[in-house]
Amino acid sequence: MRLLTGSLFVFIVAALVGLGATWLSLTGDLRFGALTIGSWTAYPRIGTPDADPYARASIVRTGLLPIGLGDGVSFIARHDDAGRPLDGRCTIAVSGMTPAARFWTLTLYNAGGGLVANSLGRYGFTSQEVLRHADGRFTIAIAPRASAGNWLPTGGVERYQLALRLYDTPVGVATRAGNETPMPQIVTTECP
Amino acid sequence: MIRWLLLLLGGLLLGGIVHLVTMMMAPRTATQDAYARLALNAPVNTMTQIAAPQPGDAILTFMDPAFALAVCRYDLSDGSLKFSVPVSQAYTSVTFYTRQDIAYYAINDRAAGRRVIELDLMTPEQRAQLPEDEDVTAADRLIVESPTETGLIAVRALAPEPGLMPMARASLEAARCQRAD
Repeated sequence: MRLLTGSLFVFIVAALVGLGATWLSLTGDLRFGALTIGSWTAYPRIGTPDADPYARASIVRTGLLPIGLGDGVSFIARHDDAGRPLDGRCTIAVSGMTPAARFWTLTLYNAGGGLVANSLGRYGFTSQEVLRHADGRFTIAIAPRASAGNWLPTGGVERYQLALRLYDTPVGVATRAGNETPMPQIVTTECP
Repeated sequence: MIRWLLLLLGGLLLGGIVHLVTMMMAPRTATQDAYARLALNAPVNTMTQIAAPQPGDAILTFMDPAFALAVCRYDLSDGSLKFSVPVSQAYTSVTFYTRQDIAYYAINDRAAGRRVIELDLMTPEQRAQLPEDEDVTAADRLIVESPTETGLIAVRALAPEPGLMPMARASLEAARCQRAD
């Protein structure tokens, strides 16, 4: 009887801990090997055969085709530099420079990774489209209402995320945050 | 009391194993992964143009709207594949994915260094069976070894401005993915 209750206890603990941890890591998007610069986070290893089991599970669960590391690197931002979640009802300025890359694209996605409908049919900017200041820096205004310069409409959604993708770039698994990897700042400038 | 603590410790250790095993198994149970989504409209060993993502209508998540995308869902069980795509004006990349959507090889137009990216795709067994002399003449063709028998080739062409999207599409229309023999 002692053996039975004992082993039953062990199995219940094992099932709760094991399956619970799996469930948490699948739904909570637990991942390793993050490269975080400012508000931006990339997982360069997700585009390689070295992707760990957590990254693999995340890839198939979300239904994306990750960018291969020989192609580029994808950075995601879900909050501004002050830690506030990106809110589509506010005006947010993304400004500064990007690391060396032949091309980059900045795209606005909803929480599920889909595009957000807007009257302009504009979902992002490419490095060639963006208007720059004299020193090569740029400012993109992400706002629900039209503004001068680079305007990326939010469609008024409550939460969104930004993806900055660098194509043909030296940024990769060995990259550290530093002067050679300047990522744009994200600042909420106006919030009703 | 000590007995229960030991049992708890045993349960935690076993739970760790359960966690690792279920994490490794998780990709196999997925039904909504990119390969499964594309399998619905992409025939085997044929290039298929994938429609640009629209709000509320995108076959994959996190698609880059600045890129034209074409995929070849391959099956190497009957022999190797030849793949080619002319490079577009701006930027073209080719990425190879396993059945579990892991990118195992990616090359862009600059790394390929010519007007047409040409690749031979085969399993390690098929490569081992290549005759010696053929291996030499194949030196100017890039050979990619697929770790799985099935998988995906994704070709992406950048349209730096929306007006250039038709040109990016046109270069992908010329992409070929077919049996080698």
